[in-house]
Amino acid sequence: MANPDLSKLAITIAVTGLKTGDNPQPGVPVIRSIRAAGFGGKIIGLVYDSLESGIYLDGLVDEVYQMPYPSAGAEAFLARMEYINGKCPIDVVIPTLDAEVILYIRLQDELERLGIHTFLPTESCFLLRDKTKLGTFFPPKGVSVPETSLISDASQILSVKDQFPMMIKGKYYEAYKANSPEEAFKYFYEIQERWGLPIILQKLVPGDEYNIVIVGDGEGGMLGMVPQKKLVITDKGKGFGGVVVKNPELDDFAAKVISILKWRGPCELEVMRGFDGVYYLIEINPRFPAWVRLAEGSGQNQPAAVVLKALGMDVDPLPQCKSGTLFIRHAEDIITDISVMGEISAKSELIRR
Amino acid sequence: METSKLQNLAMNDNGFVFDPNSGYSYTSNETGIFIMKLLAQGKDKVQILEAIQNEYEISEDHFSSDFDHYLLMLEALDLVEL
Repeated sequence: MANPDLSKLAITIAVTGLKTGDNPQPGVPVIRSIRAAGFGGKIIGLVYDSLESGIYLDGLVDEVYQMPYPSAGAEAFLARMEYINGKCPIDVVIPTLDAEVILYIRLQDELERLGIHTFLPTESCFLLRDKTKLGTFFPPKGVSVPETSLISDASQILSVKDQFPMMIKGKYYEAYKANSPEEAFKYFYEIQERWGLPIILQKLVPGDEYNIVIVGDGEGGMLGMVPQKKLVITDKGKGFGGVVVKNPELDDFAAKVISILKWRGPCELEVMRGFDGVYYLIEINPRFPAWVRLAEGSGQNQPAAVVLKALGMDVDPLPQCKSGTLFIRHAEDIITDISVMGEISAKSELIRR
Repeated sequence: METSKLQNLAMNDNGFVFDPNSGYSYTSNETGIFIMKLLAQGKDKVQILEAIQNEYEISEDHFSSDFDHYLLMLEALDLVEL
């Protein structure tokens, strides 16, 4: 068991999601872990917004390119990738945002033709982890999921009015604890406006929440797995601090989920250990989480492993993570000249070095 | 009494206790850590009383009531099963 050594790899790696801040994206920590594996090649940042803070960090990325939003469709996406690839051939791309992953999965063959490799799940596997499907797919296979219903009309909230507090969630993002039907109505309309229908109503499971970052091998096994308990949670529900735990029951639960899905690539499981002693699957996020540096810090460099797997190379199972490893997120101001923003805003690209 | 969970705890001399199974951490005073370490070794109440009386001046009655109270607290934290 050893962590991948990328020091001899002379390739170009593209990573998306460079925004940090109050709702951080995973791109910056993914790049830092790749660099920590000794990678000295070129790293390209793919951004949607010229204010993604990772653009402005010295020494993080060599080049930055603005991408069309996933909603612009496959054609616009591919045209942009072809342009970028023409300027700087990309060997590996690691998408890190929920909404874009499906595009990268569907266009894997086209990307391969451009010489761009990925390590992602199949489309059918990806769709099985959709929040709207978890409640029907997993329980018959012995994985508990909190009672879930999909609603497309706010009046349906009244049919479960005796079951509050409940979780109310958007199809892609956002989840709130609603203490009463009145609160649920408020959240329903807020989420509907941002993410559309259906809205997910989920029974609240009292217990302890754990998050697990995993790289699945696509055959039912895992290259690595690091479970953490959040210690610092922001008002948006984001974990800004956490500690690696060592819990064989939790490990077995995660291994079972991955073996059922045969997940290929990075993902994050959100799991609740109920006070009833039962483990419940809450969500599966189809990418690295923003706290993925905790994996590297605790002994498992998962992003480096994904680079090698994307290149079709064999990777040994990663070393055991060290329980008790802690992360605390720290925000810092970056000082730079307005011309940097001007260049990325005007040209949609920035060559930093 | 089931005390095996205490064997997994990481305890330091400053009184910081980390449970790697749950991710919870606690703080305890010196005496609390001393007792937890003895419980983790499988010592019973009589043996712990003896060890405590070697270190501190305390009557059996006083110890007994504090010890029982401490065990109830450890039970509430799901660290021992009485």
